[in-house]
Amino acid sequence: MNGKRTALEESALYNRHVLHYIHRAAEHGLYDIRGLGAKRAVPSFDDLVFLTASLSRYPLEGYREKCVTKTVLGTRFAKKPIELDIPITIAGMSFGALSANVKEALGRAASAMGTSTTTGDGGMTQEERSSSKTLVYQCLPSRYGFNPDDLRKADAIEVVVGQGAKPGGGGMLLGLKISERVAQMRTLPQGIDQRSACRHPDWVGPDDLTIKIAELREITDWQVPIYIKFGATRVRDDVKLAVKAGADVVVIDGMQGGTAATQQVFIEHAGIPTLPALRLAVEALDEMNVRGQVQLIISGGIRTGADVAKALAMGADAVSIGQSAMMALGCNSETYSKDGQQFDVSQEYEKLGTAPGFCHHCHTGLCPVGVTTQLPDLEQRLQPEWGARRLKNYLKTLNMELTTLARACGKSNVHHLEREDLVALTVEAAAMAKIPLAGTNWIPGESRT
Amino acid sequence: MERLDLSRLSVRELNQYLHHELPKNGVDEVEIVNPSGLHSIAAGLTVPVKIRVLGHAGYFLAGMNQRADVTVHGNVGWSVAENMMSGSVRVKGFASECAGASAHGGLLVVQGSASSRCGISMKGVDIVIGEDVGHMSAFMAQAGHLVVCGNAGASLGDSLYEAVLYVRGKIHSLGADAREEPMMEDDYRKVDELLRKAGIDYSSREFKRVASARSLYHWNAEAGQEY
Ligand code: SF4
Repeated sequence: MNGKRTALEESALYNRHVLHYIHRAAEHGLYDIRGLGAKRAVPSFDDLVFLTASLSRYPLEGYREKCVTKTVLGTRFAKKPIELDIPITIAGMSFGALSANVKEALGRAASAMGTSTTTGDGGMTQEERSSSKTLVYQCLPSRYGFNPDDLRKADAIEVVVGQGAKPGGGGMLLGLKISERVAQMRTLPQGIDQRSACRHPDWVGPDDLTIKIAELREITDWQVPIYIKFGATRVRDDVKLAVKAGADVVVIDGMQGGTAATQQVFIEHAGIPTLPALRLAVEALDEMNVRGQVQLIISGGIRTGADVAKALAMGADAVSIGQSAMMALGCNSETYSKDGQQFDVSQEYEKLGTAPGFCHHCHTGLCPVGVTTQLPDLEQRLQPEWGARRLKNYLKTLNMELTTLARACGKSNVHHLEREDLVALTVEAAAMAKIPLAGTNWIPGESRT
Repeated sequence: MERLDLSRLSVRELNQYLHHELPKNGVDEVEIVNPSGLHSIAAGLTVPVKIRVLGHAGYFLAGMNQRADVTVHGNVGWSVAENMMSGSVRVKGFASECAGASAHGGLLVVQGSASSRCGISMKGVDIVIGEDVGHMSAFMAQAGHLVVCGNAGASLGDSLYEAVLYVRGKIHSLGADAREEPMMEDDYRKVDELLRKAGIDYSSREFKRVASARSLYHWNAEAGQEY
């Protein structure tokens, strides 16, 4: 130190992060693509807490008194609604983005816990159908690998209008992940950088969607529930249009929802957080008087049993997890485990220009822990039995946390959790969730009576 | 031959019959009358039956067809034969938007014109259109053949993958990454074969070939791609 240097002052506007972005853009002339979801802080379920029982409410005994977690989805029109043991489902993630081993692990864990898993852009693999007791089949804009035989094998159908990480955008899968098998399933040349469509090829707009849903029901003989999934933007309108179009279940993915690959600008700058999205969806269902008739699944940044409990208290019938399920399988971990041994892969993260805890490089296909890859060497790092055990443990933990909170609120059924059980810790969360600020009866934007 | 009347049956009853009863009772020809523009007629068929629809049909006629041969003596609405896997669908009149959308196999013939986005996302189907197609036809078409005996609207074959398009008349404009290529002997043979199957009488020598320039297959900043 020569003592002459003035104190370093970093610009808030042009901080190192922004400088890096500008320098990269200037060098390459292409925007950044990455995986996972929004990294910036937004109001979330962390900003709510439960008012558990005391004198004015009786709690239930944690070990003796039952707390029901059974969840039924698709009761509106389908002959065979879906019955799940827990209200936590596995979100749609494609074979292509994920390896076949991972899809199998997801299916096994979900089946062991009595919940559903979901296909993704690229169609249904034999591995996931046979390992999943309850499988939701996605109907996406690309229609890669979509066929009526698989449609008839599905326990529910999810028409994907959009997702939280990129509402209004199409999927992407870069060349390294378009292996021979993935290319064949998607009818694409091997190794190309695939860009999926963002609009469905055979319908446009809510009136057409009504007719499309009727077609899907005709083909599946009105047996299985039809979900409509979209990214959270104009949630109130979209939920109402989805209900009008004939959805049995509406799935809303907040801006924290993840992806295997999309433009960074989408991930951080499009859509609204899960917290206000859920509130708007519940209000829309209430306004149409279809609560209980049309079920609501919320996703986008659900990580803990507390998140699940808060989502249910705010009015969701179930939640869906994607990123946290991947993390349970080892995403962002320093090591992978094989045959009982741990292997350190910190250096491989480094080669990708990242580190464990910071990685969002699913788009590269070079996942150090074998979760989001199609390369045989890397795929081997995640064995289905090991992954299934981890995810099962994680789901079990979430469910135990959920019932712990529900019992403490005096509820013998997790679906009896209610808004009245919650208060907000920040003004923003109070305004977005329309839950009173703790210690007050104040909800910003609502007139006080 | 069985005659089914959509003024007496609902589409749901019709399709339930076609899905469950027909395969059992060995009927191999069905005539559907009074379609009255209804949607999803004969959607989700799985057996090799001949079906004649007498009149106009709405959206998704013969959607996801497998093995059946369906002929419509009239016009059809949006997305006829969408996601067809095999079999054939023949429309004697005109087709609205998205004809043959995302279809994986089989043959779709429209004797009149088809509106915009004909063959969008097609994944292996063969489509023959007797007259014109509207704008953005064969958008993101992945595999199969689209034969247009009349003119093609704007942005034909935008973001094409491996599907090949043949046009007899004028092409208003080509979409991104689509380019005209010389016809080779294989092309003439293919067009002749498809015209013969469609029952349409033109010479393959009158057709142009459009296929992907494959310049959008990989990211490339220098090429000024707008993804
Ligand atoms: S560790 Fe693998 S799954 Fe996790 S963010 Fe990195 S590349 Fe994606």
